Amino acid sequence: MWDYSEKVMDHYRNPRNVGKIDNADAVGEAGSLACGDSLKLYLKIDNGIVTDAKFQTFGCGSAVASSSILTEMIIGKPIEEVRKITNKDIADQLDGLPPEKMHCSVMGHEALEDALKNYFNDEMEFNMSETQDKLICQCFDVHESQILEAIETNKLKTVEDVTNYTKAGGACGKCKSTIKNIIDEYWAKQDEDKPKLTQTQKILKINSVIENQISPELQKDGGDIELVDIEDNKVYVKLRGKCSGCKNSHMTLKVFVEQTLQEAVSKQIEVIEVQ
Amino acid sequence: MDKLIYLDNNATTKVDERVLEEMIPYLKEEYANPSSMYDFAKKSSNALKVARKQVQEFVGADNEKEIIFTSCGSESANTAIKGVLANNKTKRHIITTAVEHPCVLNLYRQYEKQGYKVDYIGVNANGELNIEELKEKITDETALVSVMWANNETGIIFPVEKIAEIVKEKNPQTVFYVDAVQAAGKIPMNVKNTKIDMIGISGHKFHAPKGVGALYVKSGTIISPLINGGHQERGRRAGTENVPYIVGLGKAAELAKDSLDYESKEVKRLRDKLEQGIIKNIFNARLNTAPTNRVPNTTNIGFQYIEGELILLHLSDIGICASSGSACTSGSLEPSHVLRAMGIPFTALHGSIRFSLSRFTKEEEIDYVIEKMPQIIEKLNRISPYQDELEALRNLK
Ligand SMILES: Cc1ncc(COP(=O)(O)O)c(C=O)c1O
Repeated sequence: MWDYSEKVMDHYRNPRNVGKIDNADAVGEAGSLACGDSLKLYLKIDNGIVTDAKFQTFGCGSAVASSSILTEMIIGKPIEEVRKITNKDIADQLDGLPPEKMHCSVMGHEALEDALKNYFNDEMEFNMSETQDKLICQCFDVHESQILEAIETNKLKTVEDVTNYTKAGGACGKCKSTIKNIIDEYWAKQDEDKPKLTQTQKILKINSVIENQISPELQKDGGDIELVDIEDNKVYVKLRGKCSGCKNSHMTLKVFVEQTLQEAVSKQIEVIEVQ
Repeated sequence: MDKLIYLDNNATTKVDERVLEEMIPYLKEEYANPSSMYDFAKKSSNALKVARKQVQEFVGADNEKEIIFTSCGSESANTAIKGVLANNKTKRHIITTAVEHPCVLNLYRQYEKQGYKVDYIGVNANGELNIEELKEKITDETALVSVMWANNETGIIFPVEKIAEIVKEKNPQTVFYVDAVQAAGKIPMNVKNTKIDMIGISGHKFHAPKGVGALYVKSGTIISPLINGGHQERGRRAGTENVPYIVGLGKAAELAKDSLDYESKEVKRLRDKLEQGIIKNIFNARLNTAPTNRVPNTTNIGFQYIEGELILLHLSDIGICASSGSACTSGSLEPSHVLRAMGIPFTALHGSIRFSLSRFTKEEEIDYVIEKMPQIIEKLNRISPYQDELEALRNLK
């Protein structure tokens, strides 16, 4: 049994805006019958504003809910705003989806993107070069750009995450190592893109991240963290209060501290705990 | 939830009140270890004997020494398969079917990694096994053949008695294991008249509680234990016996044996009524299997162009419990390996629903499902992007 939010249940029970718009200005499609879910999205666009939206979905409860809420999110909104909607926004509007179901929100977003692409193709040039977009997952027909977008929007780190969000790798699993490479390359590049810090800048940055991001989080649970020393990429910390003592919470704690620092400062950071 | 119409008896069943009643004393005052020497242990050790006899009669075994109690169907399968292969390390060929339960299939995947050769025999569109192919695959190197008696998703019965003959004729040394978890309590079993070496059953599929099962091992078939330790179960399964649950299993076996006639007539009648009611009234419903050669309680119906989880969620909202071969319900992203092996068209594959009845299913429950189903499917049809295809089907009917 999935742990669906009240909102998801409301939307699959009473989906809004079901159907077809006969003279739609834009139609978008995503997924396929063979893959187990598909979605058709119809838009009416007037003076740069989405005046009406309807959908037809073949898929599970969360696929219908994602489509249904998406239509509510875009009706009455200017195109410029609609373009900024991500799969994460759809999932958030539904008060979250189970991890294994995130691909439903991605499908909603893809149909929206497809509709807009078709719309702008009619009106003007659209800068999408599909030809260079490599097909990664043959089973579910997932391209590299879709995987990269899911990684970027949702900060995905593992192959399992990517499978949950895009379905890629979820059937035969042959493309799993390719997906792993895409993830690694993406994050390595993020690291390169970060400005190179001098050692002093790095120390200041680490200090500020611990003070402003990590410590407040830990204090919420009645614990805290103290920076002891920094030696190259090794960050020595002491854990205080409620956090210390429990071996299990320590593991998650260390992982949390390390990930936050890696994201903000450098992937090379290693967190070491001192007693 | 006030209304509950439970049509998912292949997943698990309700414990029969009479089973529970037999168990209670062994959860309360009769707690002695059956291996103990004092008088106080007599009752629990006797209870084991009675249960063993009941299970022996249920599966139709020659004698009660052939029955080993286990914790579940998966343990029975693991004990049988690992037990045989551990005893015969030189032969490294296994034959099974493409539609076995995961507790068997995933085990064979492990053996493949260790260098075993495993042949997975396919089924036709009706779900029936390709026996000719199975026969051809048996060689001198074949250590084990394992075939389920009835399939959990389709209810299709495989002719295991006949397959046993074929196996033994081609290689008398080959051991034949039958996963009878879905046959037990639904169709008669009489292993002593067959060449089947081992069968596994699981209590919770025939109104005993979860967490108890049994393995039949024909006299003369030698297996290494899965769980080493004490001398219980003649050294073939260590661990102090789960007396209350074994008592429950025994009672459930006795009751199931007595109601086989009811299963084959009344449960079948209700199943057929449900199936025909749905297929007659719903234009995009199709029976996914052959109508014959099935256990009496199961039907698997594909609803074209709509998705299974969505159907189940709407059924659940009105108190009906069923299950689906759709990918979305399992979280695996891939639809049922059984339906795929049958080559069910993907228009119906993702919208396949299994209803499985029991001797507790009432006629008015079936009537209720038949009445409600068309409204639900109509509602979901309207959401489908495949309106033209649906229209074409509607006109066809
Ligand atoms: C055919 C078949 N074999 C084995 C099992 C496993 O039984 P258990 O859940 O008792 O381990 C099941 C249960 O779903 C089954 O249907």
